[in-house]
Amino acid sequence: MKNIKLLLVDDEKPFLDTITKRLEKRELKVFAVYSGKDALTELENNKTIEAVVLDVKMPGMDGIATLVEIKKRFPLVEVIMLTGHATVETAIDGMKLGAFDYLMKPCDIDALVSKVNEAVAKKRGHEEKIVEARIKEITERRP
Amino acid sequence: MEASAEDRDVFYHVLSRKITALILVVSFFPLILTTGILFYRFNQTYTDKIQAHISELVQKHSQNIDSFLSEKLGNIRYMAQQFGSSQQAPKIFLQQHLALLKNEYGDVFTDLGMVNEKGIQFAYEGPFKFENADYSSADWYIKAIDKPFFISDVFAGLRGHPHFIIAVKVKSNGSDYILRSTINFGAFNSLVENIHLGKTGLAFLVNSKGEMQTQTKVGLKDSLITSMVDRSSYKNNKTIFTKKQDTSGNKFLCVTSMLKNIDWIMVFRQDIKDAFHDLWKIQILTLVIFILCCVAILAVAFFLPRNIVKLISKSDKKTEVMNKQVVESGKLATIGELAAGIAHEINNPVAIMVEEAGWIEDLLEEEDLKECENLNEFTRALRQINTQGKRCKEITHKLLSFARKTDSTVNDVQINDAIKEIVSLSAQMAKYNKVIIETSLDEDIPYIRISPSELQQVILNFFNNAIDAMEKTGGAIKVETKVSKLEKNHVVILIEDNGPGIPKDNLDRIFDPFFTTKAVGKGTGLGLSICYGIIQKMGGKIDVHSQVGVGTKFRIWIPFQDVIIENKEVKTELEKQGE
Repeated sequence: MKNIKLLLVDDEKPFLDTITKRLEKRELKVFAVYSGKDALTELENNKTIEAVVLDVKMPGMDGIATLVEIKKRFPLVEVIMLTGHATVETAIDGMKLGAFDYLMKPCDIDALVSKVNEAVAKKRGHEEKIVEARIKEITERRP
Repeated sequence: MEASAEDRDVFYHVLSRKITALILVVSFFPLILTTGILFYRFNQTYTDKIQAHISELVQKHSQNIDSFLSEKLGNIRYMAQQFGSSQQAPKIFLQQHLALLKNEYGDVFTDLGMVNEKGIQFAYEGPFKFENADYSSADWYIKAIDKPFFISDVFAGLRGHPHFIIAVKVKSNGSDYILRSTINFGAFNSLVENIHLGKTGLAFLVNSKGEMQTQTKVGLKDSLITSMVDRSSYKNNKTIFTKKQDTSGNKFLCVTSMLKNIDWIMVFRQDIKDAFHDLWKIQILTLVIFILCCVAILAVAFFLPRNIVKLISKSDKKTEVMNKQVVESGKLATIGELAAGIAHEINNPVAIMVEEAGWIEDLLEEEDLKECENLNEFTRALRQINTQGKRCKEITHKLLSFARKTDSTVNDVQINDAIKEIVSLSAQMAKYNKVIIETSLDEDIPYIRISPSELQQVILNFFNNAIDAMEKTGGAIKVETKVSKLEKNHVVILIEDNGPGIPKDNLDRIFDPFFTTKAVGKGTGLGLSICYGIIQKMGGKIDVHSQVGVGTKFRIWIPFQDVIIENKEVKTELEKQGE
């Protein structure tokens, strides 16, 4: 899949920076922010972002709160929860709240990429369906 | 450990003895006091009563005899006065009066006679022919001649069998006569002989010299009787009590009373045994009850403390085990919290390290370093960093799962199914290590409400340990499930191997976190402590028996709810009723 635009959210700067570089090397367009609030602003400014990789444990606005807010404001954006072992339950809760999947840190880069691909595919599938539905609606509209 | 057990034994021993002593003191003191006082008082009262009774009896009979004698004496004295004033011939007078007396008193008066100053009986009326008998030298005559009246002792006299005489002085026509009458001894004797008490109680009369005045068969030596006659001690008509012993050693009670009219003493004797027979019966009864009480107290005093101490030691042991468990679970909880903290802190840096290593790997592919001679070394080093990072991850994951408050879903689980699943999972690895897993699962065990994945984690842990232990030698693992006979409402899972066994020193520590005998990097030392925590959470327990060279046996007890069993019982009952 090409032209994937991904938002990474994690308070751990060194981790985020490295992973950003590695993902960019794998031809993903990556935006990196260090808090939930920044993530929301970034999504607001850049409507083309298709998927978010969200750390569960963050100071201030945590992963779950951010997820809820994202799903409320940008329902089509897919979210992958990133978690340490201690917060697996939280990640699973996140899936109940609409997250696409979860990954455990430290994660294999290839696993992450494939998960992101799946998420974007799903998103694009949704969008397609919406477009089709709209076309159908318009074409079947009666004068 | 052994020293403290010994100390405890000593403590239990001392405790038991103290309780025994306390029971003995507290029971015996009041018992002895009460019994003693009651016994003493009762004895006293009863003795007093018996003495009073005998005393009254003796006094009454003394009075009877006294009145008998004084009446007879009065009769004769009256007759004597009559004679003094009458002008009848003595013979006729006696005849008339004897007839009158016999008429009045029956056979009491045997005969009448008149004796003159010289001791010659000049007139006589009676069954014998004693007219002109000479009494001048008779003992009674010598005594009677000086007194207005006289009652003689009992003697044989002229007629040859015992009798006694009442003699009264008569003055008639200026000369003194003596009117004498013989009292029928039989009639008199019966007065005394009638006194009987118990088996041996009888009465008799003795005169001042200690001679018997009645025909009672007393069976006492004369000397003993004589000793009873101590006139100086009789005062105010009182009876005197003495206790004496006869020649054969029989103790007897002796009650004496002085007669008023005559120098005779009434003696009542009764064997002490006989007199206090009832008292002794009660004494024996009391003694028997007392002994029974003592035996009962002794029994209680020696058996009760033992039982109490047994109970105490049992509960002590239980408490000890519980304390151990509390300490164990406390230890686990603390380590869990600590582990969670550490794990989380380590996890992030490790993640970064692994990512950075990955980044370098990415870059290496890109750069023009293909010809670099150390390229292989770089790649190897990076791989190593990755591998070690993953190892760190594994450890932290295990630590976290150890600390995690798992909310793994709880279900009604047939543990046999869970075990079968694990057995098939492990079978491959077991085969590889030449280990056979045998199962002997009781199909009747009830469902248990637990988390199946946790149970599987536990079983798998035991399997892995057993397989690791038998890696070199190969062997067999035996899994068995059944309803426990030792613990009520528990299912027991037995996991037994015939591996090398666990040395005694290690056996106490195998459930401790981070305790491992595996090579560095092979085990975290958390497996069994996690199992311990899980089973504890289920309300069960684990124990282990191991013998070096023979094998190791783990037993896991897990409780099941009563409801299931009850339902089963109800069902079987219903079935029975149906039949």
